[in-house]
Formats: sequence, structure tokens, C-alpha cells
Amino acid sequence: MLGRLKMGLAILALVASPALAQRTDISVGMVLEPPNLDPTSGAAAAIREVTYSNIFEGLTRFGPDGSILPGLAHAWDLSDDGLTYTFHLREGVQFHDGAPFSAEDVVFSLDRARAEDSTNAQKQLFAAIETVTAIDPLTVQVTLSQPQGAFLFNMAWGDAVIMSPASVASNATNPVGTGAFRFVRWVQGDRLELERNPYYWGEAPALERATFRFISDPSAAFAAMMAGDVDAFPNFPAPESLAQFQADPRFNVIVGSTEGETILSMNHQNPALADIRVRQAISHAINRQDIIDGAMFGYGTPIGSHFAPHHPDYLDLTANSPHDPDAARALLAEAGQEGLTLRLMLPPPTYARRGGEIVAAQLREVGIATEITNLEWAQWLEQVFRGHDFDLTIISHTEPMDIGIYARDNYYFQYDSADMKAIMAELEVTSDPDARTALLQAAQRHIADDFVVAFLFQLAKTGVANADIEGLWENAPVPANDLTGVRWAR
Amino acid sequence: MLRFALQRLFSLAISLVVASLVIFFVIEVIPGDPAAYMLGMNAQPETVAALRRELGLDAGPFARYLAWVGGMLVGDFGTSYTYRVPVSELVLARLGVSLPLTLYALLLSTAIAFPVGLIAAARRGSGLDAGIMGATQLGIAIPNFWFAMLLVLVFAISLQWFSAGGFPGWDKGFWINIKALTLPAVALALPQASILARVMRSAVIETLGQDYIRTARAKGLSQRQSVLRHALRNALIPVLTIIGLQFSFLLAGAIIIENVFFLPGLGRLIFQAITQRDLIVVESVVMLLVFAVILVTFLVDMAYAAADPRLRRRGA
Repeated sequence: MLGRLKMGLAILALVASPALAQRTDISVGMVLEPPNLDPTSGAAAAIREVTYSNIFEGLTRFGPDGSILPGLAHAWDLSDDGLTYTFHLREGVQFHDGAPFSAEDVVFSLDRARAEDSTNAQKQLFAAIETVTAIDPLTVQVTLSQPQGAFLFNMAWGDAVIMSPASVASNATNPVGTGAFRFVRWVQGDRLELERNPYYWGEAPALERATFRFISDPSAAFAAMMAGDVDAFPNFPAPESLAQFQADPRFNVIVGSTEGETILSMNHQNPALADIRVRQAISHAINRQDIIDGAMFGYGTPIGSHFAPHHPDYLDLTANSPHDPDAARALLAEAGQEGLTLRLMLPPPTYARRGGEIVAAQLREVGIATEITNLEWAQWLEQVFRGHDFDLTIISHTEPMDIGIYARDNYYFQYDSADMKAIMAELEVTSDPDARTALLQAAQRHIADDFVVAFLFQLAKTGVANADIEGLWENAPVPANDLTGVRWAR
Repeated sequence: MLRFALQRLFSLAISLVVASLVIFFVIEVIPGDPAAYMLGMNAQPETVAALRRELGLDAGPFARYLAWVGGMLVGDFGTSYTYRVPVSELVLARLGVSLPLTLYALLLSTAIAFPVGLIAAARRGSGLDAGIMGATQLGIAIPNFWFAMLLVLVFAISLQWFSAGGFPGWDKGFWINIKALTLPAVALALPQASILARVMRSAVIETLGQDYIRTARAKGLSQRQSVLRHALRNALIPVLTIIGLQFSFLLAGAIIIENVFFLPGLGRLIFQAITQRDLIVVESVVMLLVFAVILVTFLVDMAYAAADPRLRRRGA
């Protein structure tokens, strides 16, 4: 009898223990600390990695695969002329401070973002908006100056989240949004804590608390994962140790894609680089796979134009500029540019610093000498990006769907093409999906044929997580650590 | 003693003014705009201009220098451009990590160095002395970040006695934080203790050769008594100098160890502020460190005077 009772208890314990042991907290490692927590006045990816979908929400939002999902607006209508969007807002939504969410907050947030003195880092997202009007507390009408095919996409960005006028001034240090988690505290330099928002309008997240920890040193990140101080590191800074995690059953290595097109950018103001033959020669001199293997430990996808390979409208144009040193030398000879010397400016990320050394070696192979200068971010922004004082630079353009930069006036690489501008202008006013696909593919082809820059690879997202964690985003359609769907399996 | 103190205070004030000028204008010369850094690559020029106005960066450098110094005189260190909180708040929070860590490391290094240095000096030329000298040589030679990583591998990853890093915060209790600071403090203390032990040894040996020690021995004191009562006190001046230098060095120079253990200390604050061009934070923190160094030097000077009455009388 006693034996049976014991066995019964043991079975009970077995059944009960997984439920009891299931954790509802998570500690997520991040390399960079957000400078502040207001995604509407700062470009840092780290701000979004903490706040996107967790704290702040917009009218629409990105899903893990980059698709556009309803956010604070559960539905919308578009007028026949394509100029008026009517958003139907969710009922019963409130901000973390208890303030009710209504159409007035949408009007306030969108007007603030496009105001004259706005400090929104992506102000161009709102450029087409003419008026924003609250029809009733749950309906907002947005009229555009011209049809905009990407409007719903634009509204999903972290820069377009909806804030309350009551808390907007202090969102940098005490963010108050409508999301599934609310801000608890931030120990600057160390960690930031969130807790489940009990008044969330949607499905309650499985996690009760989440802590973001800021660990920039690669070996410290490795130690923190190994010692269990951190449960997940979605952008792990030490790709060289991923193999070690892969071999360890306690961990999952998550490899996905980002929106980061990494390019060897060229300054078209340099007379040598204004010559398409020289640009083509540089593109042929590059061996993409060698750069991916040498600089990124094999993580990354070669690209032949400025477009993300995981996007449905992607065209593989890598064959347009294959690795061909002989062709490169011939083109340089034809252009009369043998013995060319170019300045290569490198910002701090690994892809640029390590990649730059390899690119320099590959260019030397075809007879182009480079002078490498390493720059800090602030210097790079000032000298290369704003000052246009460079010949070559390596940079990852991490904004989603940013092929439009090739149609921008006076952009840092100084490319000026009437054809490209025409394509992008047409795309701007086109909503028909098939027509958009055709235009996006024409744009990809155009810049590839013009060898505007040398297209290198799509930046991978390489993360490590405890093997029992489910629901972390594999890809990064926007910089985000959306924790609403994350749970412990055991 | 008073005149001595006043003289020191006057030179302290002059140093501070010169330092503030150098710090401000050197940092102004570095290329890079905090507003452009914060808004990134997609920002439009007018947005950057709007943010510059909001941060008060559109004023001329001289006006901003005066505002900065004027603010500091009344205890206002300005507001961080990137964090948007008062610099004093940031610095205080970081000092809550850096100061205890520095004191902990100094305490460890002194606790090791004093007995070790004294024993080596007292047993000069013995096998023990040679062993100690060899060990301290090694302690100086080992890079402290490597030693720190070794500590993490052994005590955090393999034995799991400590966490790999981080700092819980003083509101979570006293001992948990002391525990969190233990590995970093040990890593910081090892090279400092080695240096200090060698300085201690040579200083004691030097005083042991002095006439007054011979006199002390001649009047019947034992070797032990003569070392502790006479040699130690006279050997303190170089040792105090080194401890003062180590304090200033550790306060902001622990950045590598802070990185290995991801501690939110002053070193990382400065480093981050420099990359983000959070100029006001850089200026204020560097100024504060200069002040701390000058203050420590002043205190060490005072301690010399306390240890050596001749300095007081000379008034030098």
C-alpha cells in the first residue's frame, strides 16, 4: 500500500513538475544599449530592439516574416482614388499609464512626426500625408497628397508608433505605450526590465518579465550564455563561437536574414569611379563568397543588387557581376585606369573592418591600390555620409525596402540617374501588387546594370538561445526583439 | 600645516581651470555631431538641425563652455544628449559600481602586498624572497583581461560559483553585489598587488640600511620590531604614492575589466559617450576624474605630511 502511494506520488510529481518548472521570465542579451527609449526621435536599432511591439505599437506592424499585420488598427479601407485611408481602431486599448487610447492619439502622433520641428529619424515615411483627422474615437482618416503604395508598410515602422500626448515628453526615459509589456526600470549600462501588461488588449504574452542585458564584449557574451546569465542572444556578437553552441544540446543557434544589404559603396564624384567601366571592374574583382567566409564565418547571402533575398520580389542578379579578375583588368585597361589608388573608409562593424581587408586584397589582385582608414561611427557619418569625402566604403544599409536611396538627390554615393528616379516615382504611386513587383525588379536590374556600387552580401542574423525557448524571430524584417510570442517549452 | 594645505589648494584650483579649458576644446575639435549620430543615415538635414536646436548645440563653442563651467560651479553637470537624463545622475549610478570596485580592488591589493612585501624585505636574499619576486613578476606580466577571462572560465562557466558578470544593483542587497564584484576585483587587484609588493619590498629594504635602524637594533630591538616600528613607517611614502596613483587609475581605467564582466562602470560610460559623441557626458566625466585625481594627490600630499613631520615644518 505504502509502495503504491509512493509510486502515485512519484507519478503526480512527474506530471506536475513540468508545469511548475516552466519559467515565465527571460533574460535577453544585446550588444548595444539603446541611447534612449523613444523610437520616434532616434535611429538606433537598439531602441527598436527593446521597444518594438513590446512597449510601443503602431497602426500596423511587421510580422516575423516581414508581412504587414494589423496593429492598433484592426482594419482599414482605401478610397478608390487611393488618397484616403480610413483606419478602424481597436476598442478597449489603453496606455500603460491608464490613459485611454483613441483616434486623437493617432492624430497627435502622426502630426508630431511630420511637424516642422520633428526630430523623427525617418521623417520621409510621413511625407505623403496631407491631413490626419479623427472621425470618431475609433476611426481615423488619413489623406495623402498622392497615392502611396507603401503607406501601410511605412506605418508599421518603429518610427510610426502611436504615443499619448500625456507621456510623450518622458518616453525617452520612461516609455509609455500600448504594448504587451510595460517598462519597469533601466539600470543604465547594465540592464532594462519589462513586465507583462495586465491590461493588454490582445492575447497575453506567456512571459511575465523580460530583462534585456547589455553585453558588448564578444567573449563576455560567450561567457554569459555559457554560464546561463543570459537565456537568449538574438544578435550574437561572436560568430566564431557559434559552432561551439551548435554542438551543445543546451543551445539553439538561430540563423536568419536581416534587411541589411552590405555594399562596397563608391563615390561617383571621383572621376575614375564616375566611369562605369571602373565600377564594373571593381564589381568583377570582388569575390563575394570569400568575403562572407573570411569576414562573417560563412554567414551571409551573396547579392547582386540592392534587395533582400528573402523578399518575394527578389531577383538573383549575382551572375551580373561574377568574380572575374581578368575581365576586371581588361576593363581597367580600357578605361585607362591602371595603377588606380582609392581611399577605402571603414566604419567599426566587423563586416566592414574584416571585410575591408579582404576587399583590399581582392582589388590589389586586379591592380587597384587602396588606402584603408578606419573611422568611428560619428566620424564616418560626418566625413563619408555627410561630407562625401571618400572613394570607397563598406556599409550595410539596414532599413527595410530601401532601394529608393538610389533615386535620392545628393545621397552620399552621388549617383544620379533620371531612369532610376522615374522608376521609383512610379513605384511610389503604384498600389497594384503585380505592377509593383515589375517596378521593383526593374529597379534591381537598373542599379545592377549600372554597377552603381559593388553589391556584396545580405547580412545574416545569427543568434543563440536556450534550447527550451520558442518563438524568437528568426529573421529581422525590422530591428526588433518581439517577445509577445516567446515562451519556454519546458 | 595650514599654510602647506592652502598652497596645495591653490595649485589644485589652477589645475582645475586649465583642465576644464583643455578638456572642452579638445573634445570640440573631434569630428562628429551627436545629433547626426542619433538620427542615423536616413534622417533629413532639417531633422538634424531641429535636434541640434533641441539639444542646444546651435550655440557657439565659447557660449557653451561658459554655460558648462557655470553649471558645474552650481553643481549642474548638464543633461546627456543621448540618454536625456542629468549627467550627475548617470555619473552617480556609475560611481556606485566603480567606486566600490576600486576600493575593493585596492583593499585586496594592499592586504596582499603589505605582508608579502614586508616578508620579502625581511627575508631578503632567501628562497622565499626569490619565490615572491618571481610571483610578482608574473602578476605584473599577465594581462589582466586574460586573467579575468580565466577567472570567468573557471569560476563562472565550469564551477558556476559566480555569475559571468553584471551588477545586480545596491537595492538588491549588500552581499550579492560584493559577490558580483569579487571576480573583477581580484582581476584588478592582482597586477596592482604585484606592483605594490615590489615597491613595498624595495622601500623597506632601503630604510633597513639606514643609520636609525642600526641604532634601533643596537638599542636592543629585534629585527621584527625594528621593521614594524621604524622601517615600515619610513617606507610608507613611496607606497602611499603608488596607492594614490592606483586609485585614480582604477576609477576610470578599469574599462577592460568592466567589459569582460559587463559592469556598468565609469570606464564604459566614457567609452560609450565618446563613440556616441555625447560630448557633455565626456566633458563632465573627464572633468570629474581630473578633480578626483587632483583631490587624491592633495590627500596623498597631506598624508605625506602626516607620515613625515619634516614636510610639515618645511612648508614645502
